[in-house]
Amino acid sequence: MTGTLLKLNGLTKAYPGVVANNNVSFEIGKGEVHALLGENGAGKSTLVKMIYGLVKPNSGSMVMNGEDYAPVKPSAARQAGVAMVFQHFSLFDALNVAENIALGMENPPKMRDLAARIKEVSETYGLPLDPFRTVGDLSAGERQRVEIIRCLLQDPKLLIMDEPTSVLTPQEVDILFETLRKLSAEGTAILYISHKLEEIRTLCDNATILRLGEVVGDCVPRETTARDMAEMMVGSKLHVPERTGGDIGPVLLELNDLSVASPAEFGTALKGISMEVRSGEILGIGGVAGNGQDELLGALSGELLTKAGTIVLEGDDVSQMGPVGRRKLGLLTAPEERLGHAAAPDMSLIENAVLTGSVREGLEKNGFLKWGKARNFAETIIEKFDVRTPGPGNAARSLSGGNLQKFVIGREVLQRPDVLVVNQPTWGVDAAAAADIRQSLLDLAAAGAAIICISQDLDELMEISDHFAALNEGRLSDIRPSKGLTVDEIGLMMGGAHGMEVAHV
Amino acid sequence: MDFSSINPVLLLASLIVAATPLLLAAIGELVVEKAGVLNLGVEGMMITGAICGFAIAVNTGSPVVGLLAAAVGGAVLSMLFALLTQYALANQVASGLALTLFGLGLSSLIGQGYQGVKPPSFPRFDIPVLSDIPFIGPVLFTQDFIVYLAFFLTLGVWAVLKYSRAGLILRAVGESHDAAHALGYKVVRIRVLAILFGGACAGMGGAYISLIRVPQWTEGMTAGIGWIALALVVFASWKPWRVLLGACLFGGINVLQLNLQAAGIAIPVEILAMSPYVITIVVLVIMSADRSNAPASLGKVFHAGS
Repeated sequence: MTGTLLKLNGLTKAYPGVVANNNVSFEIGKGEVHALLGENGAGKSTLVKMIYGLVKPNSGSMVMNGEDYAPVKPSAARQAGVAMVFQHFSLFDALNVAENIALGMENPPKMRDLAARIKEVSETYGLPLDPFRTVGDLSAGERQRVEIIRCLLQDPKLLIMDEPTSVLTPQEVDILFETLRKLSAEGTAILYISHKLEEIRTLCDNATILRLGEVVGDCVPRETTARDMAEMMVGSKLHVPERTGGDIGPVLLELNDLSVASPAEFGTALKGISMEVRSGEILGIGGVAGNGQDELLGALSGELLTKAGTIVLEGDDVSQMGPVGRRKLGLLTAPEERLGHAAAPDMSLIENAVLTGSVREGLEKNGFLKWGKARNFAETIIEKFDVRTPGPGNAARSLSGGNLQKFVIGREVLQRPDVLVVNQPTWGVDAAAAADIRQSLLDLAAAGAAIICISQDLDELMEISDHFAALNEGRLSDIRPSKGLTVDEIGLMMGGAHGMEVAHV
Repeated sequence: MDFSSINPVLLLASLIVAATPLLLAAIGELVVEKAGVLNLGVEGMMITGAICGFAIAVNTGSPVVGLLAAAVGGAVLSMLFALLTQYALANQVASGLALTLFGLGLSSLIGQGYQGVKPPSFPRFDIPVLSDIPFIGPVLFTQDFIVYLAFFLTLGVWAVLKYSRAGLILRAVGESHDAAHALGYKVVRIRVLAILFGGACAGMGGAYISLIRVPQWTEGMTAGIGWIALALVVFASWKPWRVLLGACLFGGINVLQLNLQAAGIAIPVEILAMSPYVITIVVLVIMSADRSNAPASLGKVFHAGS
């Protein structure tokens, strides 16, 4: 299986004020697993959107199998044999599996025939799926199977996968890789987008590295260290967070058999969660998205009220207390969704600082706001956490994801919490900013706070946490010391392979 | 009191006449909402359809041409809503309310000079054989053809949404416009077509009132039927057959309470007049205990650039 499948020649795409891709050229061979590496904002997504016909390049050309290839829309790309698994799932919750798959096909067969085909293909590749289940009820791993099978049903020549493993347990990742290797052996080329370097080293034949929209290098991942690849992505030496090592003190927060139903329609209820966090400790909570993370954060922040006695903060029962009361007592939270949950998108950074900081920073008196003090607080956050913005008067929406995340975390850290709960603190944040955020959490713990870090990034949890537990379908696994945990053990704590099996062909 | 004056055959036949305009408007709005657009301008499109249909029918002498004109009138007015919400990305709630106010004003303007005029009457369409069945025949099969049209429209909308690819795409767009866009479907185009369909249906519903049910032109004659249609779609959980049921229930109680008023029953007229609204909503609220069917993107602005 040799020869070039797809050749990109000098692709350029500019948006007003930013060049997303500048003169990008590389080749993908038939049956090759090609990695596309780069930080957030490096232009990976724009590039694959051009290949998939969602975005038109300003200049440059593509050649597929020796012929000019310029898809004007996704259906043209699909006809040419290009299929794509999206990073944010392109699925419809209220429709069933077969309907979702039919929507992604050019000429879908009758529903009954399609259902039979889905069963057949899904079993061949070890990704069992019931065609008539509603997608909203599926786990993240199962939803990804829907997307993959949608692609496989079209016999693609090139399969594009955008960050496919961010929602999978390690066991599920192994099975996915098995499927991908099988496909590659059958001659399907795979363009694999990720920033998880170890995965790329195990799976990919070649890698192209993008930085700020330009190709800055390529390498054979098996022969390159993860650190070298990371530095090519970032363009500078990486700062690795280090802990200064505070002492573990008394228990600050205690959860006793906490159960609560989810307020969301397709959410996960929490079932009998018990744990305790001590002063100076970082408790990492892993798990695949949608296993109760949002609900746990809601229960801790006070957005969801729980039965009396289930949440005890330094001896006080706060289960029936709202967010303001909990903040007053020192329990602070930073939710995952930056725009809309952690910050109000169209309000300025000063106003956003007031929204969570008013109680502890004394930014209001008798119902009147102290704008001067609020501005100082916002400016302190911006300065201490290196938030890149023209000033505190700018709207939260105008900041890049990483900068807003630094602001959101900084806002809570600077309020000197006794207990801080963060959900996905570095999601969608570039490596340098992520390192800063992790460092600030480590420093806070060293100063005596208790921290609960909910994250899907296992590397992050292993790097900063003292103890580790996993959420699986709303239940919390045993809490174990992070040191010495193997990937296999973590995977089993996360629920194993969720019924997936290795491909049968 | 004299209940003997109430004839069950006539009562049921007029039930259907009362239900038809509501059914037409609601089934159109159902399609619009299934595509993820909330058009609160139903009342305005109905009244515009009512006057357009009336004026054209009077001037051409043909009620069928009038009905077509009503559909066109409703669709043209909904085009305004489509331009505002789909291209200018305006807020759907505000645009819909504006559309109702605009439609009410526009219809009184066009309607100057048509007050007191009698429109040409619609030919009654007796279905052979079936209309001779005792009781059922006169109730179901001796109606005008719009009644049959409304029924088959409901059937068609149900079948298209459930079984056809076009219906699947429409539901997908209403469910998640971002995902549909990523798969390459033309979200804006599909929504505009749905809005136009809804406008045409509302227009025909309005014309049914001005040409058949009343039949004459008075300002504001749709009298809130458009709002009932909107509520009906929600309480029917976006299901066509429940919309039909709700429309019949509303029409039935409306006709019944008029009959009871005429029979001189000892219940205050105000309470009787209120009853169709109250009972329809209560019944549908009970039925819609499973409120999980709202299209997930309903009322959200879609911007392709993101």
